[in-house]
Amino acid sequence: MTLALYRIDDRLIHGQVVVGWGQPLDVAFIVLVDDEVSSSDWEQDLYRMGVPPQIEVVFASVEQAAALLPAWEADPRVGILLVGDVDTAVALAARVPQVKRFNVGGVHHRAGRTERLRFVYLTDDEAAKLRQLAARGVDVTAQDVPTARAVPVGEFT
Amino acid sequence: MSDLRGVIVSHAAVAQALVSAVTAITGIEGVLTAVSNEGCGTEALGQRLREAVGGGPAVLFVDLPGGSCFTSSARYAKQGGADIAVVTGVNLAMLLDFVFHRDIAPAEAARRAVDAGAKAIRVTAS
Repeated sequence: MTLALYRIDDRLIHGQVVVGWGQPLDVAFIVLVDDEVSSSDWEQDLYRMGVPPQIEVVFASVEQAAALLPAWEADPRVGILLVGDVDTAVALAARVPQVKRFNVGGVHHRAGRTERLRFVYLTDDEAAKLRQLAARGVDVTAQDVPTARAVPVGEFT
Repeated sequence: MSDLRGVIVSHAAVAQALVSAVTAITGIEGVLTAVSNEGCGTEALGQRLREAVGGGPAVLFVDLPGGSCFTSSARYAKQGGADIAVVTGVNLAMLLDFVFHRDIAPAEAARRAVDAGAKAIRVTAS
């Protein structure tokens, strides 16, 4: 199998990911790509607590992820890759041409962002970056849970 | 009366429903505050916790031992500066016990709540 889901979600590991996507995909490992979390043992313990013991959690910086991504893609098990923001997704896709899709699963309100979907708030700059990602051949859609419709990037940016 | 507060942190409207249930059963108001993660990223949920906890002391009652409610609560307890304990797996039984036993430190109240909550989970004869 392969990485079944590349997801942008500012909550990183949480219920929608572990249960909502993890159950139907029968996920065996989750890769969390975040420079800050990958350098903090305490943060890693926190995120690991939300994951059942049979699911492996891998923490990586963007640089580490770029090097390891081909191995994750070749893993016979099913995995999910998570990033916390648009910039991390763009940085990863720029380093690894193998990244062909990104699911926008949850980017929430903060100053400067406007509502695009119930679970997606973006600055104009972030929206432009997602459109650029799509223009480079990455399939960008927004979908919080598997039972929802995958909204094409043109409809929310 | 103790100034120890309980803050219930949950997905959707679970927290608000638990607060209503405690008030309906005990008549006690103003001790528990509900916080939902609805529509929240990490930053916004942290802000909701700050507003609910204030200066503490407090016990945070979280629905699941993982997920955004839990990670934000644990992070707040570590960094928030107030005297805070975190309990996961909140249920009505532990909250009913908690509102009557608040003249203790948050850590002790948390242990007591876990005992009370666990005792309420059982298989009954059919």
